[in-house]
This record gives sequence, structure tokens and C-alpha cells, in this order.
Amino acid sequence: MKTNDIILQTVTKITVFIIILFSIHLFFAGHYYPGGGFVGGLMTSGAIVLLLLAFDMKTVANVLPIDYKHLIGIGLFFAIGTGLGGLIFDAPFLTHAFTDVNLPLLGETSLHTAVLFDTGVFLVVIGVTMTIIQTIGEDE
Amino acid sequence: MSLLHLAILSPLLLAIAIPLLYKYFRQIHTGWFVLPLPIVLFIYFLQYISLTREGSAMIKSIAWIPSLDINFSTKIDGLGLLFALLITGIGSLIVLYSIYYLSKDKEKLNTFYVYLLLFIGAMLGVVLSDNLIVLYAFWELTSFSSFLLIGYWHHREKSRYGAQKSMLITVFGGLAMLGGFLLLYIMTGTFSITEIISHSDQIFTHSLFVPALLCVLLGAFTKSAQFPFHIWLPDAMEAPTPVSAYLHSATMVKAGIYVVARFSPIFAEDSLWLSLVAGFGIVTMFWGAFSAVKQTDLKAILAFSTVSQLGMIMSLLGVGAAAIHFEEIDNSYFTVATTAAVFHLINHATFKGSLFMVVGIIDHETGTRDIRKLGGLISLMPISFTIALIGAFSMAGLPPFNGFLSKEMFFTGMLGVAEMNILNLDTWSALFPIIAWVGSIFTFVYSMIIVFKSFTGKYQPEKLDRKPHEAPFGMLIPPLVLAALVIIFGIFPNILSETLIAPAMMSILPGFSFDVHISFWHGPKPELFMTLGVAVIGTILYLTLAKWRGVYGLLPEKLALNRFYDEGLEKAQYGSFRLTSTYMNGFIHTYLVYIFTFFIVILGTTLFVKDALSIDTANVAPVRFYEVILALIVAVSAISILFAKSRLTSIILLGAVGYTVALLFVVFRAPDLALTQLVIETVSVALFLLCFYHLPEISRSEERIRFRMTNAVISIGIGAIVTLIALSAHSTKLFDSIAHYYVENTYEEAAGKNMVNVILVDFRGFDTMFEITVLGIAALGIFTMIKLRLARRKEG
Repeated sequence: MKTNDIILQTVTKITVFIIILFSIHLFFAGHYYPGGGFVGGLMTSGAIVLLLLAFDMKTVANVLPIDYKHLIGIGLFFAIGTGLGGLIFDAPFLTHAFTDVNLPLLGETSLHTAVLFDTGVFLVVIGVTMTIIQTIGEDE
Repeated sequence: MSLLHLAILSPLLLAIAIPLLYKYFRQIHTGWFVLPLPIVLFIYFLQYISLTREGSAMIKSIAWIPSLDINFSTKIDGLGLLFALLITGIGSLIVLYSIYYLSKDKEKLNTFYVYLLLFIGAMLGVVLSDNLIVLYAFWELTSFSSFLLIGYWHHREKSRYGAQKSMLITVFGGLAMLGGFLLLYIMTGTFSITEIISHSDQIFTHSLFVPALLCVLLGAFTKSAQFPFHIWLPDAMEAPTPVSAYLHSATMVKAGIYVVARFSPIFAEDSLWLSLVAGFGIVTMFWGAFSAVKQTDLKAILAFSTVSQLGMIMSLLGVGAAAIHFEEIDNSYFTVATTAAVFHLINHATFKGSLFMVVGIIDHETGTRDIRKLGGLISLMPISFTIALIGAFSMAGLPPFNGFLSKEMFFTGMLGVAEMNILNLDTWSALFPIIAWVGSIFTFVYSMIIVFKSFTGKYQPEKLDRKPHEAPFGMLIPPLVLAALVIIFGIFPNILSETLIAPAMMSILPGFSFDVHISFWHGPKPELFMTLGVAVIGTILYLTLAKWRGVYGLLPEKLALNRFYDEGLEKAQYGSFRLTSTYMNGFIHTYLVYIFTFFIVILGTTLFVKDALSIDTANVAPVRFYEVILALIVAVSAISILFAKSRLTSIILLGAVGYTVALLFVVFRAPDLALTQLVIETVSVALFLLCFYHLPEISRSEERIRFRMTNAVISIGIGAIVTLIALSAHSTKLFDSIAHYYVENTYEEAAGKNMVNVILVDFRGFDTMFEITVLGIAALGIFTMIKLRLARRKEG
């Protein structure tokens, strides 16, 4: 019997974006409200897992042609790079800096190097969860 | 660096060059390159006689580790010079002998001479060092080079056995001696022997004095093969004969004698030193002589005879050191004893060296050392016979050889023990001359066995592998020189007394004046009659040897010391194996039991010993309704896991615990934690389910966890301990939390309002950086574990 996942797939197509938006929200809100790179990363991978469940691995790989192992490296690079950035300005390792900038559209916004660090966390978490799930999923 | 340092180090330096010389001059026997060095050193050391005969000494020092008071300081005085001359003198003869003994084509001469040179350098270092640590370093180097030399023919099992045995015993003693040296350092604050001697009266009452004394003596006794540590020496006879002659009769085994002599001024204040040295010495003297008669191998006889002679020297040193202990009484006996010790030290080196060389010649020419196969060699090897006769008669203590003189003085010293009752042993002192006398009789018997069993009697060519003939002349030179010395020292003993013996005695007994009088050896004294008795009874015993040999069968094999050693070693190995296999059984369960038990015992004891247990409810927040509910859910689910029948239930219950904990985080106002906990719990439950799904069929039979009392007790104990510690820790807050800082500065310093996140990425971002690294490693680990299946790939 051929199963038909039309409902699941359609719901997924809509839900994934909501989840991703939510995760991005969690990520960016992290410095002021509950959330941050860790939960944000987990949520994003949750969205991808949902895609994996609704579609098959090959389709998802086509849609998101990412080697998640590279994400781990890029994330770590972000985190350590942020730390090293402090050294350039003659400050100790991992000293963060922030400033308030008046951006067009967004208005008065605080820009913070800690966000770069959190981006590192975000990417590593996505990379790790997806690597684990994909590896185990592909395993016979 | 002075010339003296160079002299000590020169053998070690030459040892570096030996392999090259061996490689590029294959036509020339490597020994010829070695030979000049000990001769030059001998001549070099001879010139110091003029310095030491006045009783003065020369100290040269170079800094090695000055911050630890470890300096390569050398001291040449009477005692050191005597040993240095023995080492280099006999060393020269041994090298010459080895040139003829070892075949250039069949043996690996490079290793032999490297080991030998290492040994010569180490031995010179031992006797000329003034620093305890340097002395110890050279001491161990003698042990190691001796180990290498004994195991020179390492393809033979007996060589390896003997090498291992000597190594274990001498290093055991060496380490004990190091302990003694360190104790001396603690007492005096210096490693310099000269300075320690000058402080010797102060440390006499120190509580560490006796331990230090015992440790140093242990080192000396093991090295010098004293009872009951003598068992390594007979097994060391598997070494090539030049090695046996050099190390195991003339030099290394006298390192212990040297240490006893050197440290007498420090330790002889205590009568314990005297009784131990003299007591063990005399027992060794008797036991060695008694055991030697039983042997059938010539080298074994000589080994036990060396043990016996070393015991004799040791006991003389013990008696002689009484001069320091008993200052009030007439010290003529002690003087004689010390003179005898030093004199016999020289004599023993001469006659034992020559005897070993003769035995080597017999072995070399006939192919056997077994006295049951030998006999009638007198006409075939007349020169060897003469040398053996001189050496053996000297060893037996017969005139006109030097052994006679030292044996007479030995009796004088031992009679002194009995007469003066100096060892505070009351009637036991009387035993000393008796044991000495009986031991001397056995000495006489085995000396006769060596000469007459091998050279006289019936010639048995059918038992020999080759046709024996006289050795090449080069091989005969060294024993001839030594035999000549035996006679010269016997007839003109005073050429030594002023030059070597008196200066050496000044080092052993500082602060005494000596008039060394070896010359008056004639006169009808008790000693002479004792010697006569030895000769008469010894001859009778030798002639009736076959009749009383059964005596040796009386000693049960179980009591033999070798058996004790072998079984001890075996039992130690087996025992430690058993011990290890009882607690290292390979079950993780058992190891967890150990870990948790230690956890409970250590923490529980600390809690009660330190009186840290306190429960204070003043700071406790009021309990709310939600918390009670959630705690109950957690408790019920956790306990239900224990009684769950299927794994699926356990996994779901575990998930329930996890989600309830997330709810607890909510209740306790930790939204970040709650979020993360929810997601992570979901992921881990999914992973558990995955593991569960992949379990192999066979072990899938689902059953309840079996109840074990120990597990229950331990887990309840762990829970109780952790709870108690948590309560106690909560009740005793010693200082305020640092959380205020974060609360105040999160926005000011880090421009954030989520304090948890600010701490994670900003205040303590360093931790986070490595936590994500941990995650990355875990992911890569899982990836490699699953993808990289070498074992399966090989099968497929």
C-alpha cells in the first residue's frame, strides 16, 4: 500500500517556517529575553528534523545542501574568532564590546559582539544535532 | 674539573669510544685499547700515597646541583686510595687476562668492554666520592654494569637468572641505602661525608639515627653478599670468569665493605652497629665456608669462599669499630682487628683474583669446572697448579703466605671480643672465636678441595671435552703477578703497613694514632695454636670428606635460602596476580561498587570526623504546593523505573522525570533551563528509543531488574550521603553569593537583560566556548563511530 503523506507534508511546509522564525526569534532575543544560541539552534534543527520526517533524506539534502559537520567548524570559528577579536584591541580574550547604533528601519539598536559568539553556539548546535541525527538515520 | 674527576670519569669516556674502536679495528683485540687506561690510572693513584701516608686527604669539588647540596666532590684519603689502587691494579690484570680469555671472533667484545669500563668508572666513583648522592649514583651504576656483565652470555637462561637475582638483591639494598643517606641528610643538613663525620657525635642521639644505620647497613650487606643476602653471589658465577674474578671477588663485593668502613666513624658510636656488623660478619664467614665445602663447581666454591672471606672482613671491621665506641679501654685489640680487616682486604683481592683466574684457565682448557670430572692436571698444567697452590694455601691461612698473617690477626681480634666482652653480649661474645675457628677449618677444607681435587688424583680424560694443556702465557701473567704478590705480602708485610694500611685505618678510625705492627707474627701465642688446630683438623676433615659429606643432606631443602628466594619471588608474583585478579574482575558493576563504596565511606567519615553535619532550617524557603506535586511526580516516576518490567516503560518514565524537571525549572523561574531541558529531553528520549529498537534479539528477553542487597544498600547510602551533604552545605553558608554582581552589572557592563544568557556568552563565555567544543567532538565521535567500521569492513 502506498502511503500518502499529503497532509503531513503540507502542514510541514507551513510549520517549518513558523518554527524557523520562532527559533530566529529565540536566538536574537536571547540577550534580553529567554532564549539564545543554544535553544535557537535546537529549534532550527527541530525544524529540519520535521522536514526529514515529512520528506526523505535525499529531498532535504537537495533543499538544504549543507554538510552539517562544516557547520560545527564554522560555529567554533565564530566563537573563537570573537574571543580573538578582543585581543586585537588589547583586551583580554573573549572581551565583548557593544555600542548603540542608529540603524535605518530598526532605529536605536544595540550591536553586541556577544551576538557573534552566540551565532557560533547557534551554528555548532545545529551542526551537532543534525550530524548526530543524520548519521544515525543513515545507518543501517 | 680536576685531574681526579677526570680519572674517575675517564673509563666512562673511554666506554664511548669502544664501539668505534671495535668496529674499525677488527683485527686487534679490543681489550688492548682498554688495557692502558687502568694501568695509567693505577700509576696516577700511586702518586697519592705520599699524600695519604701523612693521614691527610685531598678534596676536589665541582658543582653539579648546588641548590640541592649535590656536588660532584671527590675525596682521596687512605681508604679511598686503597680501594682505587685495588680497582685499577686488579682491573689492569683482569683486562689483560680477558684479552686471552675472550675470543676475538666469537664474542661481542664491544659490549663486554663497555660494560667493564662502566663498572671501573662506577667503582672508582663509589670509593672516591665525598657526596652521598654521587656515591649512591655510582653505587647503582655498579649494580647495573654488574647486571649487564653477569648476563653477558644472555642466551643462557642461567645467566639471565643470575643477573636478575643479583639485580633485585643489590638494588633492594641500594634503595635502602639511599633511604639511609636521605635520613643522614635530614639529621645533618649536608650530603658531604666529611662534614657528616665531623657532626657524628651530634646525631648519635637523634631519633632517626638507628633507622639510618639499619638502612645503610642493609645496602652494605646486600652488596657485599652478607648472610642472608649472599645468595646472589653464587648465581653470579654465570658471568665470564674475568668478570667473576674482578667484580665478585676483588671489587664490587667490597663496595659494601667500603661503605661499612667509611661510615664506621659515623655509626660506630652505637653498639648496635658493632654487634650487627661483627655478628652478621661472623655468621656469614661460617656459613660461606660451610657451604663452600658442599659445592662441586669450582666457581661455586670460590663464590662461597668469597662470601666467607667478606664476612670475615666485615666482622673484623665491626670489632675494630669498637675503638670508637669504647674510648676508655685499651684499644690494641681493635687496632689489630682493623689492621687485619684492611690487610685481609688486600690479601683477599690477591689470592682470590689469582684463584679465579686459575679456575678460568682450567675451565678454558678442559671445558669443565666440575671437580668430579677434574683430576690429575698437575703434570699437564704445572704453572696453574703452582698458582692455585699459593692462592689456596694463602686462603687457608698457611705460612708463609699473606693469608696466614691476616688469619692470625683475625683470631687475635676475635679472641679480643671474647676477652673484652665488648659487644655487651655476655656469654655470646665467647662464641665469636669459636665460630671463627670452626669457620676457618672449613675454609681450610675447601681450599684443599680446590687444589687437590682438580690437580691431583686420577686424570680422567674420557670425561673432558678437549685435551687439556697449559694456558697461553699471556693468560698466566695476571695470576702469576697476583700469586707473586701473595708471597711478597706474606714475607714482607710491612711494605704495605706504612703506605696503605695505616692511612686506610686513619680514615676508618679518625682521631686514633696507629703503629701498625704486622711484623711480629712469630711467638707462641694462642692464635698460633688455633692455626695449628685448623691445619690438623682441616687435614683430617679433608681426608675423611667422603664419610661426613652426608651432613649436608641433613639440612632440609626447604630451609635453603635460595628456595626461600625463588619461592618468595614466585609467591610474590602469583600473589600479586591473585590479588589483582580478585578485585580487577572486569565487571563494571564491581568497579562501580568500589567507587560508590569509597564515595560513601570517605564522604561519610569526613562528614562526621569534621563535625560538618548540621541542619539549619532558618534559611529554607517556604514549600509551595506545585513543588510538592512535581517532586512527588519525579519521585514516583524515578522509583517506578526500578520496578518497570519493560525497557520501554523505563524510557518513558525517564522522559517523564525529564519533563517534570523542566516543569520544576518553570516553577523555580528558570525559563532558559526549562526550554533547553524540554528540547534536550525529547532528543535523548528519542535516542534511547533508537538504542532500544536496535537491541539484539537474544538478550531482548525483558525481565525486571534483579534485586541485590549490596546494590540497594549502596544506592541508599549514596542517596543519604548526598542528601546530608546538600543539607549541611545549605545550612552552613560561609559567605554571600556573588550573584549580586551579575544582577547589578548585566545591563551596565554587558548590555543585556537576560542574565543567564549574558553569563553564558559574556561573563563566562570561556566555559561556553569549550562546551560547544565538547558538543562538536561528540558529534564527530558519533559520526566516526558509525561510519568508520574497520572491523566490519575487513570482514566484508
